[in-house]
Amino acid sequence: MSAAITTNQQQDRKAASRRQAIAMMFGCTILGAAGQILIKLGANTLTHTTSPLAMLTNLPVFSGYVLYGLMTVLFVFAIRDEELSILYPVISLTYVWVAGLSAMVFHESLGWLRIAGVATIMAGVGVLGRDGKK
Amino acid sequence: MALVLAASFIGSFGAVFLKAGSGKLHLGLRYLFFNYRLAAGVALFLGSSYFFVLGVRHGELSVLYPMVSLGYVWTLIWSRLFFGEPVTRNKLAGLSLILLGILLVGLGAH
Repeated sequence: MSAAITTNQQQDRKAASRRQAIAMMFGCTILGAAGQILIKLGANTLTHTTSPLAMLTNLPVFSGYVLYGLMTVLFVFAIRDEELSILYPVISLTYVWVAGLSAMVFHESLGWLRIAGVATIMAGVGVLGRDGKK
Repeated sequence: MALVLAASFIGSFGAVFLKAGSGKLHLGLRYLFFNYRLAAGVALFLGSSYFFVLGVRHGELSVLYPMVSLGYVWTLIWSRLFFGEPVTRNKLAGLSLILLGILLVGLGAH
C-alpha cells in the first residue's frame, strides 16, 4: 500500500518536472524567435558596413544576442533532467514563430515551398531527437 | 545565403570545441577561463554570429533562418568523426528530412 503511494508520488513528480522542462523549452522558442527578429531588424540597418564593432553597438542586434544568451541558459536548465526526444520537437517550434513573425514584421510572403520546407525541417528535427536518450 | 550557411558551418565547429572542452572541465572559474577548448568554442560561436548578421542583412528571414538547420548536418558529421558517435538509421532519416526541407525553403526564395 505505502509502496504504491510512493510510486504514485514519484510519477507525479516526474510528470511535473516534465511539464516544467517542456514549458522552459517553449520559453526558449519564444526567446530565440524574438532574438532572431531583433537581429534581422538591426541587420537591415547595417547594409553599408561589415564592421563587427558596428554590429556590436547596434542596439537591436545586441539585444537579440542578449535574448539568445538568456535562451541558452534556459535551454541548459530544460535539458538537464529531461529526455531530448521530448524536447527536440518543442524547440523546432522556433521555425514556426520566425516564419510567422517574418511575415508580420517584415511583410515577407510565405509561399507554399517555404511552408513545406519548414514543416519538413521540423519533422527532421523531431526524428533526430528520437535518438537522444538524455 | 552562402554567408548564413558558412555561419552554420563555423557554429557547428564551436559545438565540437565546447564538447571537447566540457570533457576536461574542472570546477572553478579559474579553470574555466584557462580551458582553451571552451574558449575556442565560444570564439567560434561569436565568429559564426558575425557571419550570420552579415548574411541576414540582405534577403528574407523566412528563407535564411531555416538555413541554420544545416548545422544539425555538420554536427552529426563531426560527432561521428571526432567523438566516434554512431550514425544510426534514425539520424540519417532525420538529416535527410532536414536537407530536403532546406532545399524546399531555398527553392521558395525569390
